[in-house]
Amino acid sequence: MKLTQGCFSFLPDLTDEQITKQVQYCLTNGWAVNIEFTDDPHPRNTYWEMWGLPMFDLQDAAGVMMELAECRRVYGDRYIRISGFDSSHGWESVRISFLVNRPPQEAEFELVRQEVGGRAIRYTTIRKPAAHASS
Amino acid sequence: MLDVPHATTAESSETNFDLRKEAEAAGITDTLQQLEQELIGLRPVKNRVRQIASLLLIERIRQRAGLASSPPTLHMSFTGNPGTGKTTVALRMAKILHGLGFVRRGQVISVTRDDLVGQYIGHTAPKTKEILKKAMGGVLFIDEAYYLHRPDNERDYGQEAIEILLQVMENQREDLVVVLAGYGERMTSFFASNPGFRSRIAHHIEFPDYAEAELLVIAELMLRERGYRLSAAAREAFEKYIALRRTQPFFSNARSIRNAVDRIRLRQADRLVSDLNRLLDVADLETIDPADVLASRVFSGGADAQRSAKP
Repeated sequence: MKLTQGCFSFLPDLTDEQITKQVQYCLTNGWAVNIEFTDDPHPRNTYWEMWGLPMFDLQDAAGVMMELAECRRVYGDRYIRISGFDSSHGWESVRISFLVNRPPQEAEFELVRQEVGGRAIRYTTIRKPAAHASS
Repeated sequence: MLDVPHATTAESSETNFDLRKEAEAAGITDTLQQLEQELIGLRPVKNRVRQIASLLLIERIRQRAGLASSPPTLHMSFTGNPGTGKTTVALRMAKILHGLGFVRRGQVISVTRDDLVGQYIGHTAPKTKEILKKAMGGVLFIDEAYYLHRPDNERDYGQEAIEILLQVMENQREDLVVVLAGYGERMTSFFASNPGFRSRIAHHIEFPDYAEAELLVIAELMLRERGYRLSAAAREAFEKYIALRRTQPFFSNARSIRNAVDRIRLRQADRLVSDLNRLLDVADLETIDPADVLASRVFSGGADAQRSAKP
């Protein structure tokens, strides 16, 4: 199952050239670009681990791509995403976030329904164990 | 029929190029002219800069004509005595390279050893990478590059910075241009102990010392920029000043001249203020008199002579 999170995730995976252009767009807008990675891509897991510091005073995307290559070398078997943080007044939040790396074996999730009092339903997203995921 | 030369020129617009238009579009005619006008002397440097600019221009046209072209190696080393204009030329170089599209952004990041080398184990690599990332798409200017290498301490972290630099210089040639600068002899010994650097740098440019006449022109240019001019007598006095100053220790070419100009402005202001009853006109304000020049310590044997004369 293809994980769909953030921008562009319903499209085919971005090529490095396309990533470079997106990153350059962020930098041109003055956003801080972050590289984050995780092995737990649960939709509620907001805070992924950061690869190095946010890169906020770069001029060119080549610097980010250099770090991304390094991150992929180390954590190629995890999900990696790039996000752009806009620090300008009134925004002060992440403006863009997109996946740039997927593990060879994607994570699988399952929606579990639970009936509670008064026929109300609770939903939980749980991750299927890896053995199930392979089948 | 095939060897008729006209047959090829008429085919499409991409087989002949208006060189003047190309050069103007890239902005190098302007930049080179500015270089010619604002930088006095430095003949070999200007020649080399023009050659590089021409190569880049031709390379760009070749690319469009579909001829084989490989991105040229643009890393440079500037060697020369203090105050010979290395930093100024580096800034110009970035503009030329940007105009020709060989660097994408055209910013110049000027660093020294302190910016690249860390204080403890594991500090150097992130620090150097941080700087390199900032310089991507532009020019990284490393002033006094020989300080990166400390031959007396083999565990110095400078070596680590050098290795990272070399790696990026080789692998990301199209992403950034590295310019190393420093004083002649020390750069030579730096390259001798780091042969990797020498071979990765295509352009070794030497900055010659200025002649006395050139220094005078520089001084006049500086004064004109600041809205002053030398009177005829002051000009003569300044000529003598330059001749004397050159023989004294710590002479650093244009930088010494700039400092002299600043001190002359101080003395001129002091002279004008000393007589409060006087009505000033514009000519008074902008003219440097010989007295302003001749009051310099240089004429009494330089800073050293005066210091040693004191009890």
